[in-house]
Amino acid sequence: MSSATRSQHEGVSVSQLVIAYGSTKAVDHVSFQALPGRVTVILGPNGAGKTSTIEACEGFTTATSGTIRVLGLDPSTQRKQLNERMGVMLQDGGIYPSSRVGELVAQYCALYGNKIDAASLVAQVGLASVSATTYRRLSGGEKQRLSLALALAAQPDVIFLDEPTSGIDVNGRDLVRSIIRDLRQRGCCVVVATHELDEAERIADDVLIFHRGTIVAAGTLEELRAGREEIRFTSQSLVDTQSLATTLGFAVEQTRQNEYTVAGTSDARVIVQLTDWAKANNVNIGDIGAGSQRLDEVFRRLTAEAKS
Amino acid sequence: MKLLRLQIGAELRILARNGEQLLLILGIPMLLLAFFSNVEILPTGGQESVDFLLPGIIALAVMSTSMVSLGIATGFERSYSVLKRLGATPLGTWRLVLAKAVSVLVIEIVQVILLIAMATAFGADLTSLHLGKLVAAITLGTMGFSGIGLSLAGRLRGEINLAAQNALYLVLLLIGGVVFPLQELPTALHWIGRISPSGALADVMRDVFSGSSLHGASSLAVLLCWAVVGQLTAIKLFRWS
Repeated sequence: MSSATRSQHEGVSVSQLVIAYGSTKAVDHVSFQALPGRVTVILGPNGAGKTSTIEACEGFTTATSGTIRVLGLDPSTQRKQLNERMGVMLQDGGIYPSSRVGELVAQYCALYGNKIDAASLVAQVGLASVSATTYRRLSGGEKQRLSLALALAAQPDVIFLDEPTSGIDVNGRDLVRSIIRDLRQRGCCVVVATHELDEAERIADDVLIFHRGTIVAAGTLEELRAGREEIRFTSQSLVDTQSLATTLGFAVEQTRQNEYTVAGTSDARVIVQLTDWAKANNVNIGDIGAGSQRLDEVFRRLTAEAKS
Repeated sequence: MKLLRLQIGAELRILARNGEQLLLILGIPMLLLAFFSNVEILPTGGQESVDFLLPGIIALAVMSTSMVSLGIATGFERSYSVLKRLGATPLGTWRLVLAKAVSVLVIEIVQVILLIAMATAFGADLTSLHLGKLVAAITLGTMGFSGIGLSLAGRLRGEINLAAQNALYLVLLLIGGVVFPLQELPTALHWIGRISPSGALADVMRDVFSGSSLHGASSLAVLLCWAVVGQLTAIKLFRWS
């Protein structure tokens, strides 16, 4: 089997997927592919259709129309075969409050035929010290890591992670990222749904941006940022964006409190013009940076375009 | 079989850790037996109160443990997304349904031993006890009632499931002759009661303790039907999410 054919069969392939609840279409003719050995991040605000799409791929939601293949299998009719090779991390845990960490991981490892040693898995997600603790007594981050451990128990060929870093501290995030990198390295198809743009930027190979049930953009991070140069700066005082835009010849907008961007350029000459304008207008600016748009800017722009 | 054994173990661990639930499951039937055996306010038709009550209390315990308690606990598992998480493993519906039924059967065996021990202490006459029939009745009753409880829990939303389990329990309790003989019901209800799982279980229980074969194999056959239909319906209707 050629690598291209293998990729098609062993990743996730969604074609013209429609999921309707009554007259409301949660997902409207969505098509995409997530490939093995890559991390595909599904981004979108609440209600964008991310969870419905992922649940359909996991076999929990029935598609109104369209086709889904996960590892070459139809999740609605070949769930048994799929479950043996699929890891799932639910956003809301899915763990009984009185379950103990070590016991639960051992139970899940056994459900998958002990492909992986339970104690090692507990240690891998950094929960060895709370192995005898019940789920209800874990911190938010520990709960997330336990949920991740259950997904890893399958030693999966495809894994769906719903908000894997939500509520996790910095060290925990590093650990989750490292696990995701390992999964990618061993050829697993990793699909992550999140609304944390910074996190997506750190882990994504491919990005799908969902908005109101459709995909408004898809591609690698580089592709999504291509041609989207910008200069970023901060200012404690209010900047007259119109005056500055007229001077520079590029659109200027305030992106956050005290944060501004000059869209469409990263040219050093424009940076010089910017500092000259600031001096002339007694505006203190700092943290000047230039380069491709950040993912949050790309996301904001694309979802705004979709709205209009 | 390995996955089934594994899940039975997990179900029993969860049950054992829910101390309050376990206390209610074991405590309420024992409290009823202790109270009504010693406070003679029920018409017992000349029988000793404890002899009159024991078959009905065991039937009531089987019903409440395998249908209501299991159904409500499963509803909670749905609300915690525990079922959804298990649905993405190789476990499969039939193993989960059967594991839940077997785990409540284990609890019921403990429950029945405690009830019989308590009844003995109150002077119950157990000379006619038919142990084989008792085990068969409890097993079939558990399969039937757990099937009904899981069918509801497998389909209905949390609050509706809670209400439905309790309402059905009350109906089955009334038409099943659990606390009084079915013959005392109006004819139409009597026959409905006879083919209901609660009626069949209560009938068999009276035979088990009286040593009679008043209802013969027919009530056991009715229980067997409910066991098969209940389990199959639960497997068919069960939804993970």
